Amino acid sequence: MAKIELNVNGKSHTVEAEPDMPLLYALRDDLGMKEPRFGCGLAQCGACTVLMNGSPVRSCVTRVDSVGNAKITTLAGLGTPEKPHKVQAAFIEEQVPQCGFCLNGWVMTSVALLEKNPRPTDSQIREALSGLKCRCGTHMSILRAVKRAAQA
Amino acid sequence: MTLQMNRREFLAGSGALVVSVLLPGVQNAAAATQASRHDLKPDQLSSYISINQDGSAVGWVGKVDMGQGTDIGWIKIIADELDLHPDRVSMVQGHTEETVDQGGASGSTGIWRAGLALRNAAAEARLTLVEMAAAKLGVAADQLVVDNGVVSVKGTPGKKTTYGELIGGKHFNVQLEWNKQYGNLLLVKGRAKPKAASEYKVVGKPGTRRRGIAAKLYGTAENMVDVKVPGMLHGRVIRPPVAGAIPVAVDEASVKNIPGVKVVWQKGFIGLVAPKEWDAVRAARALKVTWSDVKPPFPDQKEIYNHIRKAKVMKRDNEQNVGDVDAAFAGAARVVEATYEWPFQSHASMAPACAVADVRADQITVWTGGQKPHHCRDGVALMFGLPDEKVIVHSMVGPGSYGRNDSGDATMDAAVLSKAVGKPVRVQYMRHDGTQWDPKAPASVHTARAAVDKDGKVLAWHYESKGFSRQEFFRDEGKPERTLAGQLLDWPLKPVWLFGPPSESYKFDSRRLASETIAPLLDRASPLRTSHFRDPAGPQVHFGVESFMDELAIATNTDAVQFRMQYLSNKADLAVVKTVAEKANWQPHVGARKQLRGDVYVGQGLAYAVRGGTRVAVVAEVEVNRNTGKVWARRFYVAHDCGQVIAPDLVKQTLEAQIVQTASRALMEEVKFDNRNVTSTDWNTYPIFDIKDVPETIDITLLDHPEQPPFGAGEATVRPLSAALANAIFDATGVRLRQLPLTAEKIKAGWA
Repeated sequence: MAKIELNVNGKSHTVEAEPDMPLLYALRDDLGMKEPRFGCGLAQCGACTVLMNGSPVRSCVTRVDSVGNAKITTLAGLGTPEKPHKVQAAFIEEQVPQCGFCLNGWVMTSVALLEKNPRPTDSQIREALSGLKCRCGTHMSILRAVKRAAQA
Repeated sequence: MTLQMNRREFLAGSGALVVSVLLPGVQNAAAATQASRHDLKPDQLSSYISINQDGSAVGWVGKVDMGQGTDIGWIKIIADELDLHPDRVSMVQGHTEETVDQGGASGSTGIWRAGLALRNAAAEARLTLVEMAAAKLGVAADQLVVDNGVVSVKGTPGKKTTYGELIGGKHFNVQLEWNKQYGNLLLVKGRAKPKAASEYKVVGKPGTRRRGIAAKLYGTAENMVDVKVPGMLHGRVIRPPVAGAIPVAVDEASVKNIPGVKVVWQKGFIGLVAPKEWDAVRAARALKVTWSDVKPPFPDQKEIYNHIRKAKVMKRDNEQNVGDVDAAFAGAARVVEATYEWPFQSHASMAPACAVADVRADQITVWTGGQKPHHCRDGVALMFGLPDEKVIVHSMVGPGSYGRNDSGDATMDAAVLSKAVGKPVRVQYMRHDGTQWDPKAPASVHTARAAVDKDGKVLAWHYESKGFSRQEFFRDEGKPERTLAGQLLDWPLKPVWLFGPPSESYKFDSRRLASETIAPLLDRASPLRTSHFRDPAGPQVHFGVESFMDELAIATNTDAVQFRMQYLSNKADLAVVKTVAEKANWQPHVGARKQLRGDVYVGQGLAYAVRGGTRVAVVAEVEVNRNTGKVWARRFYVAHDCGQVIAPDLVKQTLEAQIVQTASRALMEEVKFDNRNVTSTDWNTYPIFDIKDVPETIDITLLDHPEQPPFGAGEATVRPLSAALANAIFDATGVRLRQLPLTAEKIKAGWA
């Protein structure tokens, strides 16, 4: 067990964990956060996605001792109902989720895409979001939402 | 009250309730115990509709919306019957203590069946309230009008009362006529006649937004995986490397370095618990188990369809036999024949299942993300020998569910572990538990024949399906033997042999439709056990039917649309085909056109099917790369008739997602196995659609029939979709694929 400091959504936390424990378990079980989720534990789906210094990472395969001083942002750290991130607002406007389990991956990756490329083409959106999974099949709504966010 | 208010906030805010136990989901049950439970009987109005002190209404339903917005359909129906704004109606769904068993999410019956029960109940509630208002205001009931819960005298708007004043916080004491059925078939009605369609203000109109969406986006929504109860341990299960093997020795020393691990081994069941989740995960990986030496149970995958053809028939269902089929074939100028094959497929839910169970000597509480909480209750009660009322099941939002996925197994695993260790246990499956070990959609073989006369007229049609049962262990977790844990604990098996017939209206002079069910490859705790997955057996059956109709049209020198117009007998069926052909700008043709545009062949394919009262026709437009054979289903056109449309925008959205999911099944999905076990264990070994694979456009036309009852919209479009794709691939390439998935390799093999 090791004491590990984490900077999550602008706040500093200390967790005691096995160094090889994935960040996901620290966020969910030690810090009690609900948003990143276990979908596969294999970096194949994106349900556990958080931003690390602005870049999307799969927290299910990120060792908690590898995070260091990096700034972690989760879905809840992006925006609030009073002050939503434009991607959150667009996903709400387009009524995207069915079960919603996959949302972290789509939203966090879209946020990172729009930071780098504020006006992506349809194929650039598809390219950037490739590798994420949605089993309900809401992809058409996701595409509409990301386009809406890009125009916001 | 706001749109985003969840059930707990809503109930707590209604003022009539005392919240005493701070556990996820329990507030509802505690509240309901005082507010509604006293009379939870299927023939009581209060079991379906209640009015809060503020005059808002609650609909109570023993079904569950799985995310498509079925709850909004119910809310619109109730709002219109009660003359309330939909914002003032909320739903309580699925909790076993709060709702009557209406079968859970099942068979697209949410609106089709429960919607009608709620409509009748809400109409009766309005009538009752107006009668109460008439007595209070001293006028005849027919002198009253209702506007958003305010009941006033016609022409004297100052003379009024409200739903809240009349009954808020108290319950109706009104008996309904109940058809003595539980589950999907439950129907109630009162004295009141529901409104005519012309009187509806929100039913049939777009614009009522789904609830809980924002909470999902801000990370504040409560999901099944977020349930935590005091003293809870984390559990994991361990599955065998060879299907059918059971543990014969367990080396507990292999996990002694991991804190607090406790192994639970009972007969074929093995799992463990630990106080910390990560410790349970790594202990489940580290635990050394010696497994029984069993004969590998499965055939070579290449042999699966031969196995099905040769397998002993456990049950034959002669579904239709009209006219003299044998004479028609004997006298035919020509016989057209073909065989179609469908693989095992996995639900592969977005996340593997999660459940929490707290099993005590005389009381069990379960939290499930599955679609049938009442059946979950029944199965757990039987497993531990308690009466149903001693088991409370809380329905939570899970990671999507389109049938009997792994959720029903996870709840029972959690219960078995909890019972063994005497503490509440949360089981969250690992990815392989969800993909490798979930119940599968059945593999099958379909044989089609048609007798054609010398003029090309189809005289007779003969279609037979043969496959694994769509209900090998039934369709839910309502008995212990219907779960992996129950099977591993040696509960006697009671397999159900069922496949199913086509549903279409082709007016051939004679027809014979039959289906045959075969035994599973491994009868107990098999990773290839089969059960319901979205429109169970429907996509299999109609892949064959509608691929064959395309082949038959070509064989009789007829355009595919023209063929349907010539032979379909049902007017509504003709309407969906005609509509979709117009929308897709269908160009009549016979045979493959192989139109090359740049590097891709393009093609259009049509298919249609009926499910319950719902009719749907699909045109798929595909592009097939001339070099790689890779298929992109670029456009879909859909014409959909589900009777009265309740929420058109939500129906369109659920059809759109349904099409994406089913196109993934058609083009990519096949469970792989070797003779030892299923080898599809994750997203790499069971690939589904990537966002690069999804269509460019999906064009949906709803044919609304407000004068009819509403039918289901959750599954019908699954039925014809694969054939529409296979037919489009044929038009594009000249290669007829008769086996799913419709892959580039098979197209290239066809070109070779």
